[in-house]
Parts: sequence; C-alpha cells; structure tokens
Amino acid sequence: MTTEAELAIAVSGLTKRFGDRTVVDSFDMEVPKGAIYGFLGPNGSGKTTTIRMMCGLLIPDGGSGQCLGYDILTEPQQIKEHVGYMTQRFSLYEDLTIRENLDFMARMYRMKDRRSKVQKALADLGLSDRADQLAGTLSGGWKQRLSLAACLLHDPQLLLLDEPTAGVDPKARRDFWDEIRRLSAAGVTVLVSTHYMDEAIQCDYIAYIAYGKKLISGPAREIPRIIGLTTWRVEGPEISKLEAELRRTEGVDQVARFGAVLHVSGTNAKALDRVAAEQQKRKTHKWQKKDAELEEAFIYLMAGATDNFLTPAVPG
Amino acid sequence: MNLFSFARFGAVLFKEFVQMRRDRVTFGMMIGIPIMQLLLFGFAINSDPKHLPTLVEMADDGPIARAVVMGMQTSDYFDFIGIVTSQQEGDRALREGSANFVLVVPPNFERDVVRGLNPDILLSADASDPAAASGAVAAMSGIIDTAIADVLTGPLQYTAGAPPPFSITVHRQYNAEGKTSTNIVPGLLAIILSMTMVMITAVAIVRETEKGTMEALIATPVRPAEVMLGKIIPYVLVGYVQTFVFLIAARFLFDVPFIGSRLAFFLGFNLYIIVNLALGFLISTVAKSQMQAMQISFFTLLPTILLSGFMFPFAGMPGWAQVIGTTIPATHFLRLTRKVMLKGAALPDISGDMLAISIIMLVVVVIALRRYRQTLD
Ligand SMILES: Nc1ncnc2c1ncn2[C@@H]1O[C@H](COP(=O)(O)OP(=O)(O)O)[C@@H](O)[C@H]1O
Ligand SMILES: [Mg+2]
Repeated sequence: MTTEAELAIAVSGLTKRFGDRTVVDSFDMEVPKGAIYGFLGPNGSGKTTTIRMMCGLLIPDGGSGQCLGYDILTEPQQIKEHVGYMTQRFSLYEDLTIRENLDFMARMYRMKDRRSKVQKALADLGLSDRADQLAGTLSGGWKQRLSLAACLLHDPQLLLLDEPTAGVDPKARRDFWDEIRRLSAAGVTVLVSTHYMDEAIQCDYIAYIAYGKKLISGPAREIPRIIGLTTWRVEGPEISKLEAELRRTEGVDQVARFGAVLHVSGTNAKALDRVAAEQQKRKTHKWQKKDAELEEAFIYLMAGATDNFLTPAVPG
Repeated sequence: MNLFSFARFGAVLFKEFVQMRRDRVTFGMMIGIPIMQLLLFGFAINSDPKHLPTLVEMADDGPIARAVVMGMQTSDYFDFIGIVTSQQEGDRALREGSANFVLVVPPNFERDVVRGLNPDILLSADASDPAAASGAVAAMSGIIDTAIADVLTGPLQYTAGAPPPFSITVHRQYNAEGKTSTNIVPGLLAIILSMTMVMITAVAIVRETEKGTMEALIATPVRPAEVMLGKIIPYVLVGYVQTFVFLIAARFLFDVPFIGSRLAFFLGFNLYIIVNLALGFLISTVAKSQMQAMQISFFTLLPTILLSGFMFPFAGMPGWAQVIGTTIPATHFLRLTRKVMLKGAALPDISGDMLAISIIMLVVVVIALRRYRQTLD
C-alpha cells in the first residue's frame, strides 16, 4: 500500500451532477507518484469531468481529495501552479502564432526565464523555423505536440492528459508515447485518458469508468485477474469458421483474433473450460490455456461499452 | 499567493490586442460602423431641405406682410403653393402633409405695426419630420430682418434699427422637442457605442468559452480579475477610437458643434463605456455561443434605440416607457452628450446624468460578478 506522501492524486467519493444527471458518481482514485495511470472508459462516461474536478476547473458536488498534496476544494490555485493539463480539445489560440501561444502560457505561470524556455520548447518541438506560423494552420499531430509543449513549459510535477492522441496518426502517437515515458522516467506523474489499447497497455495502472462509476482499477498487470478473465489460445485450420462458431457458443464472452490465432475468453472459468474440453475432443485445433493479459482485458472492457451519453443502462 | 498579477494581466491584454488586430472583419466593423451610421443617419435625414410647400392665410396683405412673403419665397426654403382662408383649412393641410408650413398674417397686422402694438405672424410648422422644418425655421429671422430693411422706409423709418415692430411665432406641431439633425448626431453616438461595445465584449468573452481556449486559460494560475480586465480594456480603447472618429466626422460632415466642457464629456463618456462593457460582460455569462451573445446584444439594442429618447422625444413617451427608458444607460448618456455638445454644459450640469449611469453600472457589475465563475460550472 502507498502512503499519502507517495500519492500524486488521492480522491474519494468525487461526485458531479449536471442538472439532475449524476455524471460522476462517488469516484475514488489513487495515483502513485511517478506512475503512468491510464484512465479508460467509453465516450460520455465522465473522464473529462473527473479530470476537471481534480485540477479545480469544476467544483465537485460531493467528495474530497488532494492533488500533489493540495486540497482540490480549497487550494485549486496551488494545484494549477504545479499541474499541466492538456485538454481533450485543442485549446490554444488558433489566431496566435506558435511562439505567441507558448509565450502567453509562459507568462500565465510568470516564468522568469520565459524567453529562453520558449526558445528551447520551440527547438525541442522542431518548430523554430515555423514559430511565426499561426497555430490554427497546424495539422492535428502538430497541434497535439504543441499543446503538450505548452503545458510542460512550467515543469509540472503532474500531467493530466485528456485523450491526447485522439485523431492523431499512429506514428505521431508512438512519438507522443515515447515522450510520455521519458517524462515519467524523469519523475513526472501522468494521468492519461484514452480509448486505445496500444496506449492502455503502456500504463502502469488502469482505472475503468462507465456511466460515471468506477468499475475497476489497479496495477495494469492485475487487471485481467481483477476482471476474472480466463483465456484459451486456439490455433488451427479454418480459423474464421471456428471463430464464428465460438462467438455463438455459451460460456464464451469474447473471441479476439490475432492473425491466425484466437484468444477465447470468458469470466465463467468453468463454463469456458467445458467448451474447451468439448472442442479438444474434435482434435481439429490446438487449445492451450493461457494467462489473460491486458489486451484481452481491454477488449473485454471496451466491448460492452457503448457511448454513455444516453440514459444509463446496465453496463455490459 | 498574490491576488492580482500585473504581468499576467498585461499578457492577457497584449494577447487580446494581437487577436483584435488579426480579426480584420471585427476590426473593420468597429471603425466602419460609426462612420456608416453617421452617414446614413446624417445624410438620409437631409438636414437642410429646401422648397418646402407652404400655404399662407393673409388676413391683411399690406406691404410689410408682402415683404415677408417675398423674402420667404426668395430664401428658397419656402414654396408658396396656395392660400387658405381658415385655420381649419391650414391645419388639415399640415395634417395631411400637403403642406409643411402655414403662414398666418393676422387681421389689421399693418395697422398694429404702425401703432406699435407688436403683432404676431404665426408660422405653423409640421415638425413631425423635425429635420425638414428646422432649417427653414432657422432661416426665418434672417428673412424677416431683410424684409424689414426693405419695407421700413418713409413714415416707418423711425422703427428701423430698433427691434422689429412685429414678431414671428413658430408653432411646431406633432413634435414638441423639434429635434434637428444636429440633435440626432450626439444621440447617435450613444447608440453606436452601446451597439458595438456591448456586442464586441460579449462576443470576445464567449469566444474563449466556445472555442475551448477558456479551459486551458483557467487551468493556469491566472486570476478572474486579470482575465476580465485584460479582455475588457482593449475594448475601452476601441470605444475611444470610435468616439474620436465619430466626433471628427460629426464636426466636419455635419457641422455639429461641440461647445461644452470637454472634461465633462470625457468623464461621462468613460463612465458610459464602462457600463456598456459591464453589460457585455454580463451577457457573456448568459450566452452559450457567440451567436447567442450577438442575439442578446441586439435584443438589448432595441429598447436602447426606441426608448432612450433617440428615436422619440423622451417627454412624449408614455409613463411606462419612460420608466423603462430611465433604466437604460443610453438615455442618460444621450442627454449628457446633447447638453455638453449643443448646450455648452459643464460638469455640474451633467452630474445627475452621471449619477444615473453610475447607479446602472453598479447594478450591472454586481450581477455580472455574481454570475461569473472561475470554473467551468
Ligand atoms: N458542462 C456540462 N453540462 C452538462 N452536462 C455535461 C457537461 N459536461 C459534461 N456533461 C455530460 O456529462 C457526461 C460525461 O461527460 P465527459 O466527462 O465529457 O465524458 P468523457 O470525457 O468520458 O467522454 C456526458 O454525458 C456529458 O454530456
Ligand atoms: Mg472526454
């Protein structure tokens, strides 16, 4: 267990209502210092709202907590000084140039060595020669890198990244994650919300939220166990036909295909083992029990997830 | 943790200026609107129309009366289109608009002049179109002086040089205040400032929320007062530029004088700009989009135009309209400007108007601050 001092974020019971809708419901989260913490959940499940409450942009209707040791209810000003928040939507000024945007952000934090910091940020971005271009003319990937650079100017101890790579091409996404890992190695705590499996599996910790309620959280490695997922690896001929058959079979919750291999998973271990036993009698395919991994867990979590904007149903 | 950082305030201010400069359309509008309005209102309402149809009721057509009619005819302002024989006939023509003026020379006019009884010539004017009547009316005293100089020779010579031995009474019908375009122009300043200041501020603030930049902005340690002042002050300067352009144009295009105290005007005008910006700020706390901000601003503009005394004389409005009118800042600024520009008022003369604007401002600011949130709630 971690103690208070080792936690960058510790919130409990966070609740937010808009009108008579409870958008975030008794949310608890503990983010250890230096961790990369993945925040998963379908659209409209309340991720953005939760992040906003953590950095003082929304006042919770219930609950309490601290962020970098500062109370989220009474010390938002201090939190803002030490947190870098990258919003889901591009939120720099499109009608200011790249340099003007960075300079403006640096001024908001009243940085002493503003000019050299901005100059360095531009150089790091590789945008020195385009510094006087309007930010609005940048492509999605560049906007995202610029946003990250802007919220790193004041050397924050905690980064809150709200779906930072949505709509960005895979190469840019990989580069972005290289940067996240570099920051993490340098001691920065990162809380990142995402939809992508390849991002989720790079996180040290995972929390999953649906309809404003946290369903699962813990170290990434333990998530499959927490879900209680049993997985079999299946290999053999005419794999597509088998895949279709298994999808209709009782006891099988999920079939994920990786090339010519199927990962067949279910939460009812006994039922799934029976299916496997039946199948093995046919001797057509090779069945092997394996440890469920984060991939399966992620697919399992996201599969039942539809957008949460409509009236809540029981999450699948 | 200090409460106000001039560095951050300055950064917001600077940013706002840069954005304003890049937004050509809005920038053009800010300078273009005052000039366009002034030209439209100033020229569309011809300030000095000539050849206005005039009827005459001559109960006495002695040489003096003839000289007056003659003088009026040659002045080009009046075109005599006929003779009426009764007051009712003249009134009907005015009401129907077939004549703009009816000149009434009373019975025994000539005799009364000679006897020194100082009789009255009555000029009834249709002042419902104030600009139409005003130039002609203003020309009357000159016309009469000339007529007198021509006629008062011989036995009546002794009256020359003294005040005219008869007087002319102008009776304005349908529009008691008798506004002239000189009067409209200062009022127009109140309307233009209200229109642009309220709308531009509201839109500029809502734009940050709508584009999402407000979220990144308030995620920094910036304080609400720094954002608020930084965003508003550039528009105070816009108001200065607008007013300056307007006053220059009014002076050189329409010969509108400025005879009162400049200091009084300056103080009143700053107060008026602030109250409009505060109103714009208030609207920005209500509007969800730039479009909505624009619509609400236009909505507030209607009573400003209709009930401030700009369109209709304030004194002529029904009681309930006057009550609403009193709560509108433009009502007071309009009076203030007319007093200072046209009537030569100084600071003490406008203190009542200043007080009224201050009270409205206080109310608006209190409501706006109560509605303003440092969060996204
Ligand atoms: N300011 C707001 N007013 C009303 N409803 C809101 C507001 N912000 C978010 N919501 C609603 O709250 C729910 C959660 O939204 P959000 O936190 O943005 O979810 P996520 O980031 O997980 O997609 C959504 O249904 C959204 O419509
Ligand atoms: Mg979101």
